[in-house]
Amino acid sequence: MATLADTTVLLGKELRTEFRSRELLTTTVVFILVVLVLFSFTFDPSLGDPRRFGPGLLWLSFLFAASLMLQPCFLREQNNDTLSALRLSVRDPFSIFLAKLAANTLFLLLTEVLMLPVFAILYNVHILAVFLQLVLVLFLGSLGVAIPGTAFSAISAQARMRELMLPLLLLPLLTPVLIASTEATGALLDANPVLRADGLGFLVGFDVVFLTALWLFGEYLLEE
Amino acid sequence: MTAPPLTPTGIRFANIEKRYGTLYALRRVSLEIRPGEFVAFAGRNGSGKTTLLRIAARLVRASSGSMSFQGPSGETTDSAPRTGFVAHATMVYDELSAEENLLLFARLQGIADPGARARALLEEVGLSERRNSLVRTFSRGMRQRVAIARALLNEPSVLLLDEPATGLDPEGITWLANTLGRMRDEERTVLMSVHGESAISALATRAVRLEAGSVVADTRAGSDRHAILTLASA
Repeated sequence: MATLADTTVLLGKELRTEFRSRELLTTTVVFILVVLVLFSFTFDPSLGDPRRFGPGLLWLSFLFAASLMLQPCFLREQNNDTLSALRLSVRDPFSIFLAKLAANTLFLLLTEVLMLPVFAILYNVHILAVFLQLVLVLFLGSLGVAIPGTAFSAISAQARMRELMLPLLLLPLLTPVLIASTEATGALLDANPVLRADGLGFLVGFDVVFLTALWLFGEYLLEE
Repeated sequence: MTAPPLTPTGIRFANIEKRYGTLYALRRVSLEIRPGEFVAFAGRNGSGKTTLLRIAARLVRASSGSMSFQGPSGETTDSAPRTGFVAHATMVYDELSAEENLLLFARLQGIADPGARARALLEEVGLSERRNSLVRTFSRGMRQRVAIARALLNEPSVLLLDEPATGLDPEGITWLANTLGRMRDEERTVLMSVHGESAISALATRAVRLEAGSVVADTRAGSDRHAILTLASA
């Protein structure tokens, strides 16, 4: 109960500081927009190419945008040593991770949902009929990116080559998430859309395993 | 608003060592801090004062040795005491206002009426008129006042201060000296790193000098205490 209460307070802080600066949201929206627009010129929207390659490009742009977004998540706490103040104040250090994880997932999902209409127009795909299923895939995929991303952000914030460290640790680990999310998205954008249970099952499993690992070992990642 | 009951707390450092790779920040430091004692740690830069305070705050784990808290009769307590910590960095968010910062930490610390406590402390540190201003618009001295207010939120039994007068103007130093004097009279345990003799270090009832991570002098006597504190500033 105390963990949830602290998480709520900390999530409020994360949202307030981000919506005040709009630093992360602006960066990721611009990044995804540029990637989607640039790649849209390489396909003929009247052919089947966008349906084949679109989901992969969409998730690649989300993945790189996420690594941009996740980098400052713990780095910001180092500027004034606020992480120490949080560690001294919270009843359960896991609440620090939970709040950051919730904020990262929310920001990522918000960016993705904002970018979906742009993707639909540029790549000539129909998303309205499968919008809710798409949001479910986006949510599970984003959570899969955000859980290890938040953990590695805590590790890399204390490392010497911090800018290099996060993508180096994160990208190989997220390959399975990227594949499952891409396949699930592709199946939804198909002429005969289908919500693939195997893809969703994998994403749920991945999220549960990594969230449990974070709960068990997260405290050690915050130590100096 | 009723203040939580104060439990006088002592701290025992037993053979504490802290290594960063091959560098020793602390070497076999053993100290017995009595409940209600006001200790000033003196020493040159890099002597280990900050590391010792961060170990006392449980922010840094010692490489070897142990630290424990003692109750009023010297018995070891399992529960960690209410601790306030003022570090080199301000430990507050630049993108939040002074009041939002205090409210955030008051809520996390489970303080009964966080709004009232935050406002009372802002009044005490002389920032009530600027309570809605973002901390990033503050001068270093004003940020330090917010940092001190944050450390006092939970009415700590153990207060850890790492050069707390940094950035404070003479008026701020007088206020801090009065506040710390009150805390000493209330028998709260205070551990503070200082540079030289000042109005604040004069409050200390004990002076400990560290050199290259080791305790080289430790006294409660008046003249020796003065010598330790002034020697450190040389």
